[in-house]
Amino acid sequence: MSTPTIGVLALQGDVREHLIALAAADALARPVRRPEELAEVDGLVIPGGESTTMSKLAVVFGMLEPLRERVRAGMPVYGTCAGMIMLADKILDGREDQETLGGIDMIVRRNAFGRQNESFEASVEVAGIDGGPVEGVFIRAPWVESVGAAAEVLARHDGHTVAVRQGNVLATSFHPELTGDHRVHGLFVDMVRAAQ
Amino acid sequence: MSTPTTAQTPETGTARVKRGMAEQLKGGVIMDVVNAEQAKIAEDAGAVAVMALERVPADIRKDGGVARMSDPNMIEEIIEAVSIPVMAKSRIGHFVEAQVLQSLGVDYIDESEVLTPADEINHSDKWAFTTPFVCGATNLGEALRRIAEGAAMIRSKGEAGTGNVVEAVRHLRQIKNEIAKLRGFDNNELFAAAKDLRAPYELVKEVAELGKLPVVLFSAGGVATPADAALMRQLGAEGVFVGSGIFKSGDPAKRAAAIVKATTFYDDPKIIADASRNLGEAMVGINCDTLPEDQRYANRGW
Repeated sequence: MSTPTIGVLALQGDVREHLIALAAADALARPVRRPEELAEVDGLVIPGGESTTMSKLAVVFGMLEPLRERVRAGMPVYGTCAGMIMLADKILDGREDQETLGGIDMIVRRNAFGRQNESFEASVEVAGIDGGPVEGVFIRAPWVESVGAAAEVLARHDGHTVAVRQGNVLATSFHPELTGDHRVHGLFVDMVRAAQ
Repeated sequence: MSTPTTAQTPETGTARVKRGMAEQLKGGVIMDVVNAEQAKIAEDAGAVAVMALERVPADIRKDGGVARMSDPNMIEEIIEAVSIPVMAKSRIGHFVEAQVLQSLGVDYIDESEVLTPADEINHSDKWAFTTPFVCGATNLGEALRRIAEGAAMIRSKGEAGTGNVVEAVRHLRQIKNEIAKLRGFDNNELFAAAKDLRAPYELVKEVAELGKLPVVLFSAGGVATPADAALMRQLGAEGVFVGSGIFKSGDPAKRAAAIVKATTFYDDPKIIADASRNLGEAMVGINCDTLPEDQRYANRGW
C-alpha cells in the first residue's frame, strides 16, 4: 500500500494536531505555506483556525490561486472548521472581502453554533466511519446551511449538517484532530490513496 | 443513504473545548484594542483575535492609579464590531470581574498582571467558568500553577507597555529550558522537581512526557516589530500577543499587517525584511533595567 504525502496548510491554525493525526493514519505529513510546497503533496488538509486570517494570508502570499487550481484539478482536500469555511462555494456571516477556495457546492454559516461559551463536545455518527460515533469537538463552529445535488451529507448535529463530502473534497464543522481518534483522517488518507 | 444523527447531550466548557480554542489561535497575532475602530483595523490586518481593554499597557503605565476591568459597553461594542474572537482582561484574583466578562460573552478571559491585582495570595478558580482563561507566566512553575487553577492557555508575561522584548525573551527561554530539563529527569526525580516547581506532580509528569506544556503557549509583553514577533516564535512561542506595540506606533494598520506576516513566516528572513520596510515610527519604548521594581508588572502574580 502506498504512503501518500499529505500537506497541512500552515498559514495559521492547529497545524501540529493535523500533522500528528495524519502521521497516525499512515500518511507522510508536512506543513505547506508556499506554492512550491503545495506542488509536492498528493492531498491537503486545511486546519481549524481563524478563517478571516487564513483567507487574508492566502491572498497576501499568493496561495489563493494555486490552491484553487489544485482543488479544481481534483486534489483531495479535507477542511475542519475554518477549513470547512475555506472549502465552501458560498459563506454567510463572513467578512465581505473574505475569499474561499470553494470545492463543495454548499453554503456555510460562520460561527453558526455561537461564540466560545456555546462551544461544545458531542458524539457524532459519521456516514462511512465504522466503529461507532466520533467525538465531535465544536469550537465557534460553522454549520452547513444547504448543499447542492453533488454534495453528500455525512453527519448532522441537532438537525444541522456538520460533515459533507463532494467527490475528493471532505469538510467537517468539528475537530477530529483534537481527539486522538484518527478515523476521519483515516477516511481522508484513503481518499488520497484512491485518487493516486 | 439516510444520514445518521447524534443523540447525546452536548457538553460546553470542557477542558478540551477550552484548550482547543487556543489551538485554533496558533500561528496568529492577538492585538490589544481600545475601541471598535481599532478592533476593525486589527481584524482587517489579519488578527486572529482582539483583546478589548480601556487603556493599552503603555497608557496604564503613564496614567498610574488602579487599572480595572473595562467598561462592559466598550467590550460589547467591540464584540459587535468584529467577527473574530474577543478577549478581555480581569484583575488577578478578581473572580467577579471574570464572572462579568463571561456574562458579556467574551471568548477568552486574560487574568492579567497588567491590571492591578485584586488578591495578593489567590488567583481566580478558572475551572468554575465556561469561558476559558489565558494567564501570564515568567517560568514553568508559575505556568503549571495557573494550569492547575484551570488556565487553558499560557502566555509569557514579558514587561507589558514597554515596547521592549527583553523580558518576554527571558520568560520564554526560562519556560523552554525548564521543560528541557524535565525531559532529562527519571521518574524518581520528577517528584522532587514538582516540589521545586511548586506545581502538581501530575502536571510535571505530563510536561516531562510531552516535552511541552499541555496547553498552548503564546508570547506577550513588549513585542513592537515584525522581527520581535518572529523572534518569539523562533524561541518556541506558538503565537503572539501585541499590546501597545501596534496602536502606539505611527501607522497601526500597516504595522499590524506586517506583524501578522512575520508571525506566519517567522523562519523566513526575506519575508520578515519585506514586512519590516517603511512601517513608520515604532512605539518609543522603555528600558526595563531602569524600571523601578514597583512598576514591574511581571512581579505581579505568583
